[in-house]
Amino acid sequence: MFEDGAIVNELLVERLNYFIYVVLLLIGLHAMISKRNLIKKLIGMSIFQTAIILFYVSIAVKEEATIPIYKAEHDPHGEVHHHPEKGGEEAEAHHGPVALKDEEIKQYANPLPHVLMLTAIVVGVATLGLALALTQRIYQGYGTIEEDELLTKIERADDRASQSPLKSNQSQSPKKAKGSATAKKATASPSRKSGSASQGKSAAKRKPAKRKPGSGGGKKA
Amino acid sequence: MKLLSLVPVVAVGGLLLFAAQDFPEWGDPASPASTSPVSSHFIQSTGVDTEVPNMVTAVLADYRGFDTMFETVVVFIAGMAVLAILKSSGRRKGKREHEVEAEPDLIVTNTVRLIVPVIQIFAFYVLAHGHVSPGGGFQGGVVMGASFILVALAWDLEVALARFSAEKCILVAALGIVLYGGIGFLSMLLGGEFLDYAELEKVLPVSREMARYHAMLGVEIGVGFTVTAIMFALYANLSTEGRLKGGL
Amino acid sequence: MMENAIAWIFIFPLFGAVACALVGMRQSKLCYPISGLSMLGATWAGAETLMQAVQSPVHEVSYILGGWTLDAFPRGVGIEFRADLLGALITLVVLGVGLIVSLYSKLPVREETPGKEPLFYVLFLLQITGLAGICLTGDAFNLYVLIEVAALTGYGLIAMGTNRAAAATFNYLILGTIGASLYLLGVGYLYIKTGTLNMVGVQEVIQANGLMDSPSMQVAFALIGLGILIKMAFFPFHAWLPNAYCNAPTTTSCLLAPLVTKVMIYVMIRMTLTVFGVEFSFESTLWSEFMPWLVVVAIVCAAVMALAQREIKRMLAYLIVAEVGYMVGGVWIYNYYGLIGSIFHIISDACMTLCLFLGAGLILRKAKTTHFDGLRGLFAKMPLTMIGFFVGGFSIIGLPPTCGFFSKWYLITGGMVSQRWEYLVVLMFSTMVMVVLFFRLIERIHLAVNEEGKNLGHGHGDLGLTEEQTRFDEGPLSMLIPLLLAASVVLVIGIYNQDVVNQIELFLEPFDLPKGTGRP
Repeated sequence: MFEDGAIVNELLVERLNYFIYVVLLLIGLHAMISKRNLIKKLIGMSIFQTAIILFYVSIAVKEEATIPIYKAEHDPHGEVHHHPEKGGEEAEAHHGPVALKDEEIKQYANPLPHVLMLTAIVVGVATLGLALALTQRIYQGYGTIEEDELLTKIERADDRASQSPLKSNQSQSPKKAKGSATAKKATASPSRKSGSASQGKSAAKRKPAKRKPGSGGGKKA
Repeated sequence: MKLLSLVPVVAVGGLLLFAAQDFPEWGDPASPASTSPVSSHFIQSTGVDTEVPNMVTAVLADYRGFDTMFETVVVFIAGMAVLAILKSSGRRKGKREHEVEAEPDLIVTNTVRLIVPVIQIFAFYVLAHGHVSPGGGFQGGVVMGASFILVALAWDLEVALARFSAEKCILVAALGIVLYGGIGFLSMLLGGEFLDYAELEKVLPVSREMARYHAMLGVEIGVGFTVTAIMFALYANLSTEGRLKGGL
Repeated sequence: MMENAIAWIFIFPLFGAVACALVGMRQSKLCYPISGLSMLGATWAGAETLMQAVQSPVHEVSYILGGWTLDAFPRGVGIEFRADLLGALITLVVLGVGLIVSLYSKLPVREETPGKEPLFYVLFLLQITGLAGICLTGDAFNLYVLIEVAALTGYGLIAMGTNRAAAATFNYLILGTIGASLYLLGVGYLYIKTGTLNMVGVQEVIQANGLMDSPSMQVAFALIGLGILIKMAFFPFHAWLPNAYCNAPTTTSCLLAPLVTKVMIYVMIRMTLTVFGVEFSFESTLWSEFMPWLVVVAIVCAAVMALAQREIKRMLAYLIVAEVGYMVGGVWIYNYYGLIGSIFHIISDACMTLCLFLGAGLILRKAKTTHFDGLRGLFAKMPLTMIGFFVGGFSIIGLPPTCGFFSKWYLITGGMVSQRWEYLVVLMFSTMVMVVLFFRLIERIHLAVNEEGKNLGHGHGDLGLTEEQTRFDEGPLSMLIPLLLAASVVLVIGIYNQDVVNQIELFLEPFDLPKGTGRP
């Protein structure tokens, strides 16, 4: 398995960059999917995007090539002094922009992936900023950034919201039901279970008879 | 759950490594990406088309300038969206539980007072010199935004906001996009395509190539405006949960 | 001016958004007219571009931004905007939907997100810019940037609402970023092997170098396909969609629900036909073998989950997942009629989903709830709204003369002709489910029977409501007129369906798709 040309040689020696980026990508992806803390998920997202950026930048590398900025002899605004040949023309002091010959292209690394990744880095930063603002908003609203606690709270709120408005109005005249049915979209339609404290007051006013015996202080959040 | 999520992850990894056998070696100068006509054109003719020595800046701001415009728009969107998400109608008065009241430290404030002007000049240098050395609008804009964040860290967020208020942030960010889009729009009105800077030779007393050179500087300045303003706005909103009071 | 019409499509909303940011901070009342005017201008530019594409000899409009024209520079040096008939049609649909929603948005935005109107309109106009750009661009990396523009504005628009919306957006963000990053990775693989990013350029290199059998191309196709499937909420990656669209503010869901997933289906068609080519996508890879079966599972699960819902917006969200299944299936049965159906279904589904969500927004405003049980007597109270809503509903079921009938017709023809009986059966099954869904809703609203079928009033037809509750009380005109406009568009597209299909056929001609069974 370790002889020349085998998988290990090809993967780990000649194509090391691809192997490294795949490992990083999997670390990031695993963090995004399996971690329960929202901030850890975002760190995983950041690692994931960084791996992709590394991949692109590694495509741009050329052996024995320099960065994609013109050297002095190719500089469009450059001044290069050519020493005059014996009996030849005068020294060339200044030259305009030159189109490179084909073999000179090998001296410079490929500029295109660098450009693409400048864009990708900025997009990644923007997404991360937005995600952090969302995390703060979630913390403000629910008091937790652990996914399992968050899901419990959300499920409870969703259950309340999907209660039918009819069931709570069965014991009352339609007019009263309509008046108390002015629920905002996010908060629940009038809940049958007299639940958390914020709803307890209005629920207590409306239907004292329906309160389940022994529910005490209602379900705590 | 964690073991279950390893399965798709490893599957994706296997898929990616399966493809890697087909790829060119790392650094191979004969790979398709390096020998393609697109990349060869960039290396050969950037000097002739735009007279800018830094190929990356030329590709970023001129050849693929449209991408860069939308990149700037993405930064702008991030700032606007963070504002939209965190802006509250004045609930939550009082200090947050993690907030610490501390006096600005003497050494820190005096050092920052000396350093910040230098940082800002360096930011201008990075922006303007992006044509010749690594740099450009995004890089310069981030350094400039960082200088304001440094002021906010050394003293208080209010001190930094007094110099660069939240409304001014939005104004400057929008102005950056107007500058970028405006240069492109002007080129369109002068008869070329959108973002065809060479048409600006009709209003500027320079050749077509130098018109591209100068227009590139113009769009980079626009990018710098937007990035500076949004970096600072992001910091101000995220560190105070949208209330713009208190802070780190 | 006319030759730059394709540039005006994104110039109008972009500068409109910047104007909203600059002006709206002081005078937020100006944002609504600014957005309306920008959308009007953009829709004019979109119609103009479609005209140019129809009249041009090659049936496309090519526009290279930055002036790097093809006669002097290699393809791929500049970024190309290529509006062929497919792109121009979908762009016009996007802009039209945006125009109608921007007219509708005046009251809901003010009420649901007070104090944030300028921010809303900035994000709204930039979302339209992103979506229209996705449909026009001819460069693979530019497509990624525009997908991110559309995604980030979408996250902002949804999370502007309540806390529940913010929690839903986080999940959407994680999944959306995975999708877009997988797409970017796929483009990177394409670039490694072909060296160019221009869509037509990639196809040329694949043909010239015979790259169709290389494993990296297969993986690139898989990555791009997977990324786009996540973003279009194809089962089992649909988990983000119901929560995100139900908890979003009204106008946001009216904008995002008809457009975002359909534009991603357009991207899939574009990648399959233009970038990778018919031969590679359908014959070299195995996708056309197993995708129809995944589609069957997707549609069945989505239809069943829609049946289980008790709330209008959630039901509509699961219907969107089912419609996505239709369109994906139409592409992967590898048939000429299937693709016509798929493309026509993009257009008609955008319009009918718009109708339904606009109607749901009006219902929410007046009845204060979208739960099924809260809708008694709405036919008497808001007849025009209900007519508009049910035009959308009948289009989803597929009744003539709405456009949904014709697009389903082509999908069914495709299924039959290519002998994909599984797809045909699931189309029939889901149509039955949708009939049940909508007629149950009509019964609930009109006859007022509760869960057990017990009549809630005092007799047949008596809804048990007072005179005041059934008095005519329509929604505000600024919301009602866009709904009626959308309903009439659904009918008009249905009546003039042959014109639309002619253009689609012109687009599909060079691809030489099988008209009979596609399997060897």
